[in-house]
Amino acid sequence: MGGDRHPVDAVMLARRAASFTRRSIKSDSKQSGLRLAISMLDLTTLEGADSPELVRALCQRAIHPCPVSLDMPVPPVAAVCVYPKLVPVVRESLLGTGVLTASVATSFPSGQSPLDARLAETEAAIAAGADEIDMVISRGAFLSGRFDEVAAEVRAVQDICGQTHLKVILETGELATPDNIRRCADLVIEAASRERDLADGALFVKTSTGKISPAATMPSVLLLLEAVRDHFRGTGVRVGVKPAGGIRKSKAALHMLVMVRETLGQDWLTPKLFRIGASSLLDDLVRQLLWTSRGHYAAMHDVAVT
Amino acid sequence: MMGQSGDTAVAVPSEGWNYSPAPERTRPEIDSEYGLFIGGEFQAPQSDRTFNTINPATGQRLSRISEASEEDVDAAMAAARVAGPKWARMKGRERGKYLFRLARRVQECARELAVLETMDGGKPIKESRDVDLPLVAQHFFYHAGWADKLQWAFGGRDVKPRGVCGQIIPWNFPLLMAAWKLAPALACGNTVVLKPAETTSLTALHLAKLMQEIDLPPGVVNIVTGAGDTGRMVASHPAVKKVAFTGSTEVGRRIMEELAPREVPLTLELGGKSANIVFADAAIEQAIEGVVSGIWFNQGHVCCAGSRLLVEESILEPFVAALRDRMAQLRVGDPLDKNTDIGAINSSEQLDRIRALVTAGQEEGAILHDVQSTPLPEQGFWFPPCFFTGVQPAHVVAREEIFGPVLAVMSFRTPEEAIRRANTTPYGLAAGIWTDKGSKIFEIASRMDAGVVWCNTYNQFDAASPFGGVKESGFGREGGLQGLRAYVR
Amino acid sequence: MSRLEVIKTGKLWIGGTWSRSESGATFVVEDAKGQTVARCALASRKDSREAVEAARAGLPAWRDATAMLRGQVLYRAAEMMESRCKEFTEALCDAGMNLPAARREVELSVDRMVMLAGWCDKIHQILGCQNSVVGPYHNFTIPQACGVVVVFCPEEPPLLSMVTLIGAAMGMGNTVVAAVPRSAAMLGVLLGEVLAVSDVPSGAANLLTGDIGPLLDPLGGHREVAVMVSSGLSKSARTTLRLAAADGIRRVHTIPWTDADWADDTQTCSPWFLDQFVEFKTMWHPAGV
Repeated sequence: MGGDRHPVDAVMLARRAASFTRRSIKSDSKQSGLRLAISMLDLTTLEGADSPELVRALCQRAIHPCPVSLDMPVPPVAAVCVYPKLVPVVRESLLGTGVLTASVATSFPSGQSPLDARLAETEAAIAAGADEIDMVISRGAFLSGRFDEVAAEVRAVQDICGQTHLKVILETGELATPDNIRRCADLVIEAASRERDLADGALFVKTSTGKISPAATMPSVLLLLEAVRDHFRGTGVRVGVKPAGGIRKSKAALHMLVMVRETLGQDWLTPKLFRIGASSLLDDLVRQLLWTSRGHYAAMHDVAVT
Repeated sequence: MMGQSGDTAVAVPSEGWNYSPAPERTRPEIDSEYGLFIGGEFQAPQSDRTFNTINPATGQRLSRISEASEEDVDAAMAAARVAGPKWARMKGRERGKYLFRLARRVQECARELAVLETMDGGKPIKESRDVDLPLVAQHFFYHAGWADKLQWAFGGRDVKPRGVCGQIIPWNFPLLMAAWKLAPALACGNTVVLKPAETTSLTALHLAKLMQEIDLPPGVVNIVTGAGDTGRMVASHPAVKKVAFTGSTEVGRRIMEELAPREVPLTLELGGKSANIVFADAAIEQAIEGVVSGIWFNQGHVCCAGSRLLVEESILEPFVAALRDRMAQLRVGDPLDKNTDIGAINSSEQLDRIRALVTAGQEEGAILHDVQSTPLPEQGFWFPPCFFTGVQPAHVVAREEIFGPVLAVMSFRTPEEAIRRANTTPYGLAAGIWTDKGSKIFEIASRMDAGVVWCNTYNQFDAASPFGGVKESGFGREGGLQGLRAYVR
Repeated sequence: MSRLEVIKTGKLWIGGTWSRSESGATFVVEDAKGQTVARCALASRKDSREAVEAARAGLPAWRDATAMLRGQVLYRAAEMMESRCKEFTEALCDAGMNLPAARREVELSVDRMVMLAGWCDKIHQILGCQNSVVGPYHNFTIPQACGVVVVFCPEEPPLLSMVTLIGAAMGMGNTVVAAVPRSAAMLGVLLGEVLAVSDVPSGAANLLTGDIGPLLDPLGGHREVAVMVSSGLSKSARTTLRLAAADGIRRVHTIPWTDADWADDTQTCSPWFLDQFVEFKTMWHPAGV
């Protein structure tokens, strides 16, 4: 609408985003929402100190998020997300479980390496068995108006990915304004769709690396959802959305689900099209799930077994 | 590959993820019968007549309300007159402290009052809790602070209260309208006889209880309940030195005629048919939200509702499609459910009126768009959110105030055409302008015949922000510095 | 043989032109000794309608002129009044005022016009304000012109009240229709002549002379009239006016001033008098990047 540009009013955007947090999610809807959120998790660890041992433990959590048995099935998470070097460990741990192996690439988190090096890293991650690649864009190029450069790098990574699913991290916290975030989302979706028939869920737009604050705020996620919805209205293609960074509590995750439901509809309430990138969130989701089923709160040591 | 991940059948039922009922469980104490609040006490009406107040969402009786007769209104006026001199002489600072106390009590009782408002009037608890009650408290806080500063509010003047004020309020924001009326009057040293709307008396009467609790001097505020006749007695009572009315233009006109032979200052806040103008260069997502809150806030029972949508022709089609999608997300139903967006229509009379106007719109050839995802409750009064396209400016739905969740969509090609269409109405309460271009906002805002212009926003209210209309939407302002004007001489 | 005096015919000033009453009716203006001073057009219902239409047509140009320009036009009017002091004084004396009182009223009137001229580009700063609301919004309230204002001028003080009411209405950006009673008709004509040479755009001010009574209903009932300000009307006239105004929910203000009040600058040039000639508009805009 109104040509290619989609201006955004920051205040009214924030107001709308906040309205989703006023929804009251209780009883059955809370329980199924928590499980849905678990199934959408990209359980993530992206630290210099990550070790194979820690990553193996994380993979066990991914497969069996709830350490105690409940009277309801608790789904596994969607994927485990690590640095490329740890992809083989994850791949091996998750073999046959249905949980996917995701790898950051392209000089995560800053993207400040020559394009060749970033592409080589992507190739290596795929070769090591990554099912999904989480790339970063050159925010500097975007902010200085070199949009073609951003489009080109997305397409170059896409070429390497082939059938491997691609999540493009905008790092919304560095884009500074809602106008930029929306524009960047449109740019990435457009670049990835050019001369290509994107399958539903083959492309995700993702808010953040988790290394920068603010990260996945409600308004920034809403902007991505709106960009994705407008693309769907125009093309019928479903792009995925992944908020990541700063989502630590179940309540925040449920707010995200409410926002997806009321912006994109039920169709997007699947790990194929919506993911939440987080690490400690799983503990709280499980804790809340235990509460809804047992009526009292679990201690952290009951749930955080990694 | 992706398909194998996270078995969603486990997490979400086949019909999708839906919100479970989230009922607000607080229940305020509701008396079986309420007297008139006169001279600081609840009194049985001399008329011995009472009427039912019902919950419009269920049709069930909540309580019985006293109908004030001429003698009752006389008694209320006498109480207000007796209390007047002392209240007027009281130091502004002390008067202000009563209002501060009242503001605090309102905050403390906010949940109960919100539930009561929702039960008596049908508005969603989300709105009474998040909009009405915070604004009620703010109005008392804001005006409390004016009580000892009036000499600076009216520089160069030694202002005095007018005396007994007769105030008549509507049913769409019952407690908030009471606060809008009472707070400036009391801050300026006036005493009041207030007449709430007959379908929504409860929160005003509970406010009276709070006034007792904070030891507001007897007679400073008196509340007489009843219907139109009681209102007429209040407005035309010889003791009244100032009349303030919020309601329909039709009744406002009658009050003007009735008061014509007298020198009684009058402020009127009446109807509207406000235009919401969306330009192609607007922030469209936010404009959609503005249109939604403009017409579907409080079931459209809002005098300043953006009930005429003017969209630039080049984006009309996608805008209407997006609006339709957004409308489908609105949740109509139990007002006490925290996830309800649109509650019950306030009364069967109002429901009849909305239905008649919508039928007229269809008969004139406008196209009704009405997305109803969930069935409406069987009891109570309900009308789904809807909008009309193919509307001509001469159509009834484009001219008459519907006071319901019904929007008339029209288009324009040039800014001049937008301005002309927006101003072609006898009303002049509010206007909305949506564009990303600064200079366009200022030019169009300054040319709107309206007392309130929301630019890139809509339906915002604040105690510090003067509200009121031009043309047949009334005169005088409520809120802010300008709102004090009517209550001093 | 003494020279035969040329007797003036006072006309109605409507839409920037001088015209006879559409009815053709006139009335005689006599001095205190009963001598005919002039004949003036007796405004009819139709004239009043013409005047309102002219004021409406003239509104955009006058309202949208810069406040500084409006101030300069009113100041120009004061200059022209000063240069015609003698005529105004004579007209007041003809109407029965003694010379010192007449001089004083003319001086006060000129000064009043100067004072009002100076308000044009300042009143917004006194009556307007920024409002601190709960939330990230710029919110401000600005006074704007109401539109067409009809002023019913009292008999006393004839010139000062007329200048005050017309100057206040015009100064706030309204266009004005002034109904001037018979007793002040020549002063009205003189003031019209002053305004006519003061760069007042056509329709910004319109003057009707004659009997106020028959004009109450047509002026009051005309839905293009936004505000009616009266002074010196009888109770029944005020009732008539307010009844007429109820159609269209239009504003009626009554100025209850005595002669002393009209002479008192602290009242007549107070913002709390001028605010009867403005409408307040509150604007909201989000503030964010």
